[in-house]
Amino acid sequence: MAEVDPKELAAFAQAADAWFAENVDRDPGFMLPLTFMEVGTDQQFDFLQAWQNKVYEAGYLGASWPKAYGGGGLAPAFQAEATKAMRRHGGPIFLNAIGLNWTGPLLLDMGSEAQRAKYLKGILSAEDIWCQGFSEPDNGSDLGNAQTRAVRDGEHYVITGSKIWTTLGKYARYMILLARTEADTSRKYDGLTFFLAPMKIDGVETRPIRKLTGEHGFTQTFFREARIPADEIVGVEGGGWKVAMRTLEYERGARGGQAGGYVSVSSNAWDVLDLARKMTRGGKPALEDPTTRARMIDFMIDIQSNALCGQRAAFSPLNTDRPTGLALSSKLMHTDFAQRMNAFAIGLTGPGGGYYVGDPNAVDGGWWTRSYLNSFSATIGGGTSQIQRNIIGEHVLGLPKS
Amino acid sequence: MQDLGRLGFSEDQASLLEVATSFCARRSPIAKVRQLIDDETGHDTEVWREIVELGWLGIAIPEAYGGAGLALAEVVPVMEQMGRYLLAGPFYSTTLAAQAIVAGGTEDQKRTLLPRLAEGAITTLALCEASGDWNLTNIACTATRTSAGTLQLTGTKRLVSDAGVATLIIASVLHEGRPALVMIERGSLGPDTLRREVIVDETKRSCELCLDGIEVPTANLLDVDRADAALKHIHLVANLLAAAEMCGGIQSVIDYTLDYLKTRVQFGKLIGSYQALKHPIVDAYVSYEQTRSHVYSAAHCFGEQGVGEIATRMAKAQADTTLSFAADRAIQFHGGFGFTWDCDAQLYRRRAIWHASQYGDAAWHKEKLADLLL
Repeated sequence: MAEVDPKELAAFAQAADAWFAENVDRDPGFMLPLTFMEVGTDQQFDFLQAWQNKVYEAGYLGASWPKAYGGGGLAPAFQAEATKAMRRHGGPIFLNAIGLNWTGPLLLDMGSEAQRAKYLKGILSAEDIWCQGFSEPDNGSDLGNAQTRAVRDGEHYVITGSKIWTTLGKYARYMILLARTEADTSRKYDGLTFFLAPMKIDGVETRPIRKLTGEHGFTQTFFREARIPADEIVGVEGGGWKVAMRTLEYERGARGGQAGGYVSVSSNAWDVLDLARKMTRGGKPALEDPTTRARMIDFMIDIQSNALCGQRAAFSPLNTDRPTGLALSSKLMHTDFAQRMNAFAIGLTGPGGGYYVGDPNAVDGGWWTRSYLNSFSATIGGGTSQIQRNIIGEHVLGLPKS
Repeated sequence: MQDLGRLGFSEDQASLLEVATSFCARRSPIAKVRQLIDDETGHDTEVWREIVELGWLGIAIPEAYGGAGLALAEVVPVMEQMGRYLLAGPFYSTTLAAQAIVAGGTEDQKRTLLPRLAEGAITTLALCEASGDWNLTNIACTATRTSAGTLQLTGTKRLVSDAGVATLIIASVLHEGRPALVMIERGSLGPDTLRREVIVDETKRSCELCLDGIEVPTANLLDVDRADAALKHIHLVANLLAAAEMCGGIQSVIDYTLDYLKTRVQFGKLIGSYQALKHPIVDAYVSYEQTRSHVYSAAHCFGEQGVGEIATRMAKAQADTTLSFAADRAIQFHGGFGFTWDCDAQLYRRRAIWHASQYGDAAWHKEKLADLLL
């Protein structure tokens, strides 16, 4: 990677700032999802797909991916500036998260030349939406036990089985799919293979799942002898577990190389603080209540903990004892915190906490309750908080397997 | 959005961290810590001499006064590693006293005293009284000018760290109705002025100091116009360094517990495989990493108006909560052995109680943060 010319970088940052200032549409007239896991209506999908495409065309997404695959070919610092500008102006999320953050960097890392050429540009432009087929109805946390079968037949694999919690399943053109190519291996992990599977083919059916929020965000995906091309494997047949684990490292942010931008926005302690100022308790602002004040400070300390731990990666002498510790703890820190804070915010709204999205009397349109209910997608998806604790305990602290 | 501080890490911090880690590991193995608990002075004068030679007492003393001219940020890694290895001695007291002189001394006092402290003259602060107030300007002891031109002191100070081995004690008093700091040479004290106290952290030493009848020259008064600012500075430095020492302790008590979880077998399994033990120790570990981030943010931002105070109070609050939790679980997870004096878990739990009691616990700092942030 060429050295970064500070003047060039500053000019890029300035241009990005101006572009986002001009192009961010803060109020499209309907409620936008907080995360890519909550795209529930065609209206939301169309808006977000157009937004991602527009940012990509302007050069502010994938700026650091290689030019040959549709990226900008610039140093990572440039994409970081573009992301900062997007955040500063409150740009909506990018919806193609599984492509941008997981599949893309995975293909740059482990994919074949042909796969990179075929898939990366469509990921950036949002023309090709990606989904993930890891969890199954009977195998969630125990991912290594996945039973969806892939049987070789000439130039194809024939897929049979079912995947669940398929975020964006309704819209996706491709799926990263973990399927079993061999049933009787001595280690269950050895029979798995990692596929890049087309979704819009015969034998693949998606059925919407209604979430606890009442909205639709993901699907269950059924494979009934669906035939997928045999050359769409990442790694080797039987080597899928390793590729899946690498994918999870990208998903959990333990490894870099993502396309840029962000795929979720969370309510932060400052928004909750505004809420505490606005709501009343016994005729006074809730913020004057000592218990509320103490809880608010707890959240501010937590939010600062998370921000500072994010900065720690740049200071390696502080991370020598357990180098992977912070990266592997990050998901747990952020998701548990967000859940607690949203639950607290509902309490602040007093009797108004009884309303839900759709009622004109709902405080902030019902944002807090919806955020709280949706927060479970992050404490369950991508490995539950309990599995995260096992991972940290075993891989960072060296404890024996449970 | 208010600035709550950010991380930074200097090359000096990195090299001090490295040196301090190996020094403390070598000079303060746990058997030595245990042995010093039974020692009257509570520390090893040979180790103290080496610490002085390493220049650690002068880290944050300006070059003009015989120090290295670095910042408190560079003291933090040293203090952290001392906490990690439970290294006993008057480093904390003397560093804090030096800061009292830096912030509150006259030019003359800085010139004569600071080089002495940098060279290892053990010095301590006498701030606490029966009122037990964490607000350092709430003082009942007095210093009154006599007709002979001296200062007559009254009252009693408590929890004076390392007073038994100090050459110099700096006490807070009311002078003409206002807070002031006054120096007392320990050599000038009568036989019954110091009483060794029984304190919860047995690796530390403290005394009660009776000021009644003590007379000192008026020149022993620090700059009265800077006393308020000096007391505020002392308060924050004390908490910054305590948070650093506690942070090292958290790392160490977690490691100590992990060793047990990886070797103790019950019901045919290593107990660390049980999630009832695994998950809480993970929570302690995650909280440790958060604490360490807060401590180094406070170190980096310490000199910044406003932000330094916020970051320091957050660091102390987080360190208190985390060390208390980690050490509490350490006792519990050691089972019957955890209930014994021989199990090291108690050393850390007692340390957490000690530091929470000195200069403010988590709840108190959070109250202060609420006033600053809400």
